[in-house]
Amino acid sequence: MWKKLVLAAAIVFAHGVQAQTPETPRKGGTIRFTAPYGASFGGMDIHATNLAQDEIWARAIHRALYKWDSALNKPVLELAKTVSVSSNGLVYTYQLRDDAFFHHGRRMTADDVIWSFNRIVEPGKSYPGARFVRAIKGAVEVEKGEAKTISGLRKINDFTIEMTLAQRIDPAYNFNLAVTAIYPADEAVKESFARKPIGLGPFKFAEYVPGSRIVMERFDKFYAKGKPHADKLVIYVMGDAAARDVAFRNKEVDVSVLGPAQYVAYRGDANLSKSILEVTENYTRYMGMNSSFKPFADKRVRQAVNHAIDADLIIKKMVYDKAYRASGWLPTTSSAFDKNLKPYSYDLALARKLLTEAGYPNGFEFEITASSNESWGSPIAEAFIPMLAKAGIKAKIVPVDGTVLGERVRKGDYQAYLWSNGSGPDPLAALKCFHSATPRSACNYTEFKSPAVDKILDDADRMGPGNPKRDEVLKQANALVYDEAPYWFFNYNKAVLAHQPWIKGLQRNANEMAWQNYEDIWVDASSPAAK
Amino acid sequence: MTAYVLRRLWQMVPILLAVALLIFVIFSVVPGTFASATAADGRNVVDAQVLERMNREFGLNDPVHVRFGKYVAQLATFDLGISLRSREPVTVVLGQRLWPTLQLTLAAMLLALALGVPLGFVAALKSGGWVDSLSMVFAISGLSVPLFWLGLMLMYLFALVLGWLPSFGYGDPSHLVLPALALCVFPMALLARTTRAVVLEILHADFVRTARAKGMSEMRVVRWHLVRNAMVIVLTMAGLQFGSVIGQAVVIEKLFAWPGLGSLLVDSVSTRDIPVVQGCILCIVIFFLFSNLLVDVLSARIDPRIKYT
Repeated sequence: MWKKLVLAAAIVFAHGVQAQTPETPRKGGTIRFTAPYGASFGGMDIHATNLAQDEIWARAIHRALYKWDSALNKPVLELAKTVSVSSNGLVYTYQLRDDAFFHHGRRMTADDVIWSFNRIVEPGKSYPGARFVRAIKGAVEVEKGEAKTISGLRKINDFTIEMTLAQRIDPAYNFNLAVTAIYPADEAVKESFARKPIGLGPFKFAEYVPGSRIVMERFDKFYAKGKPHADKLVIYVMGDAAARDVAFRNKEVDVSVLGPAQYVAYRGDANLSKSILEVTENYTRYMGMNSSFKPFADKRVRQAVNHAIDADLIIKKMVYDKAYRASGWLPTTSSAFDKNLKPYSYDLALARKLLTEAGYPNGFEFEITASSNESWGSPIAEAFIPMLAKAGIKAKIVPVDGTVLGERVRKGDYQAYLWSNGSGPDPLAALKCFHSATPRSACNYTEFKSPAVDKILDDADRMGPGNPKRDEVLKQANALVYDEAPYWFFNYNKAVLAHQPWIKGLQRNANEMAWQNYEDIWVDASSPAAK
Repeated sequence: MTAYVLRRLWQMVPILLAVALLIFVIFSVVPGTFASATAADGRNVVDAQVLERMNREFGLNDPVHVRFGKYVAQLATFDLGISLRSREPVTVVLGQRLWPTLQLTLAAMLLALALGVPLGFVAALKSGGWVDSLSMVFAISGLSVPLFWLGLMLMYLFALVLGWLPSFGYGDPSHLVLPALALCVFPMALLARTTRAVVLEILHADFVRTARAKGMSEMRVVRWHLVRNAMVIVLTMAGLQFGSVIGQAVVIEKLFAWPGLGSLLVDSVSTRDIPVVQGCILCIVIFFLFSNLLVDVLSARIDPRIKYT
């Protein structure tokens, strides 16, 4: 009897241990990823494009000084082993990896880093990464054609580089995207580079069929030992959500970014719902109110708008719960998110009271400039216009194309607008859009002005990156902005990635769920592309 | 005939210039620029300096007449400019997409001709019968069904339910079947209806009655009188359809992730990559012009009464 009990206990224990032990990544197979944001990639020169679609493939081939670590929810060193910072917080000395090889076999050196950053600010070109590199001292002069090389970059030896910044920022947030990827200086000058990119990433370029797919193969000399796990990575361009859904269900692709309609279907399916990854993305959807439009100049009117709209109902009925209610500008994944801030209550009486106090007892009329986007465009406006009407506010939609929306907002050519903007990952950078010194053409779209907010942001700036108190200070700024209500704070996007059960190692990337570190992903033997 | 073809080719020049002007004017007044499109997703803080440099690098700040002058000068040397998005020559970008579009449209038109014309003939020869009714119900359905929906249904049935074909992709012949099938339905239906109407008209023509009165067998009547007379009109219709099929391919290519001109056009419009948009539209117009020329030449071959001088 005892023998049987001991045996049973041993089996149960063994099973428990097995269940708790992380699965060992399997070598081989093909990852079949999808790029959902359009019908093509911008091209193979990643310095030239800042579109989310292009970052999807670039993460496989290229590497930057830092990379985004989804588990830690912050950028970490990638091409450097260590970094030391001077006492004034302006000089960063990087000890570069000496085991990082480009796909054509040459070892990366400090010259490649310097060459790449100089290329990004090349005068006469308009590489989007210039806005990040500009933080380095002397980069602006190169950009203007007044200097030949960035003075703030100094090679100490082949694997040590000194970077002097023009301002106190955290370079980790500037140099973790592929728009600042390190190119091989010898190869990137060749014309063929734009068709056959060479990088430092875990996969090397194999084939590109414009408008269809990019195929990459494992790079055996990748510096992370034992990685990547898969032999091959294919990224299919699939802009149509319905078609992506069929392909996913047909097991032709391994992952699919879901829109609201698919999210409902997948959540309701017993099998599909088991393999869904969700994360609050660093995006805040909102309606901006132009402070130069008389009613919106009064804070009480802006607060009234926030109280007059039942945002929870709209999230439930229109966005199908594929979003989290916003309670401030910074999303829940931000390091400075304030969980004590409560969303504006849906309170019609309070809205009417605030309007009366502001001198609008009978309400007022305004126009909402909006694109057709299902999650933050005119369908959302159509849902809340009747709610505003109950408070006496009449609103009508001015429909515009997505490209035109940004243009009009940056020019201040609107009374109110609906948009979705990045609100992270750097909370200070995100909140600086509410600093009075930030122009409307950059991101202070409502020309928000608050001396109190300015002071807090300046203080946070002075604290420098890495100061543990900085996030607490930023929470105060976030709360002040929220109280001033320059926006109707709608929601934070819930990014949803459906994946096949055989795909392992996917990460919840709060910046963009479709941006994965492919070296960590592996496919188990049950995949149709396991061989 | 050679002189006629050369004259037609020469006549294409002013047409293409007029089209180029029209495209240029339309996209000069359409709001939104490439620079603003790169920031349209709201992801990044907009860098005004980069936007300004982008406009300068691509000459987007120049006055319209200067830009048009440059555009025409480039066109004269068969240079369609540089893609704002990929920074490659537009001719290279179009070259990558031309063959997939030709594959798709040729396959769709061949299917449409192979199925639609016989269907129209049978319907006309069995006029009033169940075959006629059934084929016309089929034709009308084909004309009215939305392409996008049809494509999705084909995907669902043949990929997901039956598992016979891949739902998307490019490369193997199997990838071509579903998009070509979806794209052929509209021209097939139109060809079936046109063929039926033409054949019915010819069946009641005097020369057919005379041929029958002279004792010619029904098979010979069909082969010698019906088919040859009907083919001229059917061919003209097919030529016109070939041009419009390229236009319809925009929807199908996006749905099936087919890397042709259509999906390129859609993406280029949304990103305001105007040189590529202009190149795509010019390509489609050239397709249209050449397919019509081909039809005229073939018509003369089929019908000896047609003389081109």
